[in-house]
Amino acid sequence: MWKFLHKLASPPHFYDLSAKIIPWFVVPGTILIVYGTIAGLFYAPPDYQQGDAFRIIYVHVPAAYLSMLAYTVMAVSAGIGLIWRIKLSHAVAAAAAPLGAWFTFLALITGSIWGRPMWGTWWEWGDPRLTSELIMLFLYFGYMALRAAIDDTTKADKASAVLALVGAVNIPIIHFSVEWWSSLHQGATIVRADGPAMPAEMLLPLLAMILGFSFIFGALLLGRVRSEVLFRERRSRWVKNLVLSSGEQG
Amino acid sequence: MTSSEDTMPGLWQGFMAVIRRDLLLAWKRPGDILNPLFFFAMVCTLFPLAVGPSSEQLSISGPGIVWVAALLATLLSLNSLFLSDFEDGSLDQLILSPQPLPLLALGKTVAHWLSAGLPLVLVSPLVAVTFQMPGRTVGVMMLTLTFGTISLSLLGSIGAALTVGLHRGTALLSLLILPLAMPVLIFGARTVALAAANDAVSAGIYFLSAYCILALALAPFATAAALKISNE
Repeated sequence: MWKFLHKLASPPHFYDLSAKIIPWFVVPGTILIVYGTIAGLFYAPPDYQQGDAFRIIYVHVPAAYLSMLAYTVMAVSAGIGLIWRIKLSHAVAAAAAPLGAWFTFLALITGSIWGRPMWGTWWEWGDPRLTSELIMLFLYFGYMALRAAIDDTTKADKASAVLALVGAVNIPIIHFSVEWWSSLHQGATIVRADGPAMPAEMLLPLLAMILGFSFIFGALLLGRVRSEVLFRERRSRWVKNLVLSSGEQG
Repeated sequence: MTSSEDTMPGLWQGFMAVIRRDLLLAWKRPGDILNPLFFFAMVCTLFPLAVGPSSEQLSISGPGIVWVAALLATLLSLNSLFLSDFEDGSLDQLILSPQPLPLLALGKTVAHWLSAGLPLVLVSPLVAVTFQMPGRTVGVMMLTLTFGTISLSLLGSIGAALTVGLHRGTALLSLLILPLAMPVLIFGARTVALAAANDAVSAGIYFLSAYCILALALAPFATAAALKISNE
């Protein structure tokens, strides 16, 4: 087990292995998203309150879920990198941040588009989830800005890892405080989607979308880590050999 | 035992020496203490000028204005927390010293609060009066600002340690710290607003004090780790 992990953490081995693994993420991810899109948009019954407008949850909820998952991946791998000094782990954290920021952005945009017909406004400060997501986006921005500001990769890895961990401790507090804050002036205008339990025709496509998004996130993450590893190891022999051998083929 | 006591100061002595040194430095450069205070007063002046002089409106938004201004003023003073130590090499000495670095980092943070946070708390009633805040609200505001500025000093010391060696550190520091500081702002400002509305304030004060204690327990370790990384 330990031997396997050690081997996995070595960049050339990871580079080879990840190329073989990525299809195992792309294929089920694509199938699930295609199924979820078709079933969600055409076969799921319209909501009794929101009509067809609710269908945006098939993008919104997976995006919001992944904005959290990406931060978890980022903070955990940053912590592993900081404690056990595994370079690959830092590369994973660095690769996860922009993905997480994009999913957060997608969740905000889709939430805003949904809010327009439901609340009559693009933005509703009274909704705690929307505000939490916005703060989440700022946390990603801070993380990426810190990385970008430090030229030395090793230093950037460690400094941003500390920030990711501090952020991870704070995220539950931020969520809680935003909940408390909005509960003080909760308007009656907000229609809650989580009223009655969802029928299976609605729920199954949603679960498929969440799982499909997660698979695609995994594939994108692996792809990004691969290019991150190549860039970081650009002076090493195995990358040189890789480039030379691919030059011969092409 | 005695010989080591002669050569090496204890934990408490090291901690106090850092505080004394930083306070002395702040005392010698009064601008460093006063500028954030002027900044605080000016931001508080900007809002009535921008929003309008209606006293009804100002008494509603007053708590929020004071809290935002306090947050920004604290950020402004945080930028220089480790900067001069980094530039003249004192930071190396702090890291190399036999005392544990988290303790010394806490000492610097305490000195920062005494020279930046505490004056802000003491000045805040002057601003509050111009916003038509009643006496009980002013008391609650000072209490929340006390816990809040301690938390912000601790939280900000992590950010200051992470950005100490970098160019364009000021904007970056705000970008790192502001999202993390939002719970403090939310509870601080809302609690003062609740007090102004004659509502129960204990929940917010409990939260702020809990946050303060959590930050007190964890932040020095993060600051120390960040200082070591930045000073490599």
